[in-house]
Amino acid sequence: MSAEFKVEKTVDYKGLFCPMPIVKVSKDIKDIEVGQVLEMLADDPGSKPDMQAWSKHTGNELLDMQEEGGVFKFYVRRAS
Amino acid sequence: MAEERKKRLALVASKGSLDEAYSPLILATTAAAMGWEVGIFFTFFGFDIISKKRMHALKVAPIANPAFPEPIPAVPVKVPNIIGTIPGMTHIATAFMKSWMGRANLPTVPEFVEMAQEMGVRLFACAMTMGVMGVKEEDLIDGCEFVGATTFLDYAADADVSLYM
Repeated sequence: MSAEFKVEKTVDYKGLFCPMPIVKVSKDIKDIEVGQVLEMLADDPGSKPDMQAWSKHTGNELLDMQEEGGVFKFYVRRAS
Repeated sequence: MAEERKKRLALVASKGSLDEAYSPLILATTAAAMGWEVGIFFTFFGFDIISKKRMHALKVAPIANPAFPEPIPAVPVKVPNIIGTIPGMTHIATAFMKSWMGRANLPTVPEFVEMAQEMGVRLFACAMTMGVMGVKEEDLIDGCEFVGATTFLDYAADADVSLYM
């Protein structure tokens, strides 16, 4: 998937387990403006389905998800 | 567009051992992160989670807990459960558990409770337990709501998810 968006802010939550990446990302998303994109790095194996569920419930759009060597990269656009 | 009703999670936290304190705190903070309304009703030994003093000293007992200790690299052999009767074993088991949690960068119970409060999680303290166990309002952390079962059920009646822990 090509990255057709500009990353406003990057946060690195490698080494953290559930629920911390989600708890932290829910705060981080408020640090950017509506429409801007947050990049989040995590290596918790649960973070992939968790980020999808979080996106579904909060409305923040999960634009892209990449995995490389056990590290996930999530790109979330702030909805409101 | 009409404001969409927020989902609601209603939890009952009835246990005060270190491992069992984490489950309601993890679910509560996660649900809050998902934009849900969250309320936890603390009752009986669950009070230790919101007790100013005891929240810092929750323990896990290896006795009568056949799952403990986990066969982890640090403890490669399964320790017979009877060892748990030896004085000091609860202290040791607690130290083990805290070290695993620390290694996983999991917040402590007081840190978790503070985080939950910052995220808007409502902490309901069971008024009946206070009477039965002799707990005073000042024994509990600030921000608790002192309510009876009726108030909690009224809150839980509108919940999308309710769990007893």
